Amino acid sequence: MTVTALLFASYAEALGSDRVELALSGQPTVRDVVDRLRALPGGGALPESPLVAVNLTYAGADQRVESGDEVALIPPVAGG
Amino acid sequence: MSIRTAIVRRAIDSAALLAEVASVSNGATVAFLGTVREVNDGRAVTGIEYSAYGEMAERELAAIARECAATFGIADLAAEHRLGALALGETSIAIVLAHPHRAQAYEASRFVIEEVKRRLPIWKREGYVDGTSDWVNAGDVAQQGAAPEHRP
Repeated sequence: MTVTALLFASYAEALGSDRVELALSGQPTVRDVVDRLRALPGGGALPESPLVAVNLTYAGADQRVESGDEVALIPPVAGG
Repeated sequence: MSIRTAIVRRAIDSAALLAEVASVSNGATVAFLGTVREVNDGRAVTGIEYSAYGEMAERELAAIARECAATFGIADLAAEHRLGALALGETSIAIVLAHPHRAQAYEASRFVIEEVKRRLPIWKREGYVDGTSDWVNAGDVAQQGAAPEHRP
C-alpha cells in the first residue's frame, strides 16, 4: 500500500521536499509513517512525535493509515 | 445569519467584513486585526511570508467559526487569514463578529484568535533587516505532540 506524506515549512526544508510517496506493508499507523520519514536524508530534523493530520483531520500516533491516505506532518503552527 | 471564513491571497478589507456582519439584531461588533509587527523577539523585521496547508486551513477556520457560533451564540461572523508576502503593518488576519451584547462578542473574538493560534495549519517565515529569515515557532518543542483533540 502507498500513502502520500505531505511536509510543510521547516519540515519540507529539512527533507528538501514537500511530498513523499511511501510504500508500507502490514497495518501501518501514523507512527510508522513518521518513522519512515525520519529515516530519510534530512529526516533527523523531524521530531519523534510531530503533529499529524490524516486526510485533513488531526490524528494520533496510533491511528491506522490506509492506502491512498494523505498524511501531513504539521510543524508548530504560527497563524494569526 | 452570516458566517463566512476564507484563506485569501489578497489584501484584507476589514471595512467590507464589518459591513458583512452588520445587523440590527446586534448591539456589539468586535473586530480583531492581526498585523505584521516591526520587531519580534528583539529582531528588526522587514516582512512575513505566510504559507499554509491550504485545504486543511480552510476547513479548520470554518470549524472554529462553527464552534464559536455554537458556543457563544454568534450569528454574524466574517474571518479571513491572508497568505503570501506581507509588509510591515499589513493585516494577516481579520476576525469580525457581532452579538446582541458586548460580553459575548468580546469572548467570542478571543476564542477565535486563540483557536487560530492553536490549530490553524499556517506558518510564517520572518525576514529580518540583516537579510536573513527564519520560521517563527520552529523551535517551540512544547507544541510538538500536543495534538488538538480529534473531531469527527
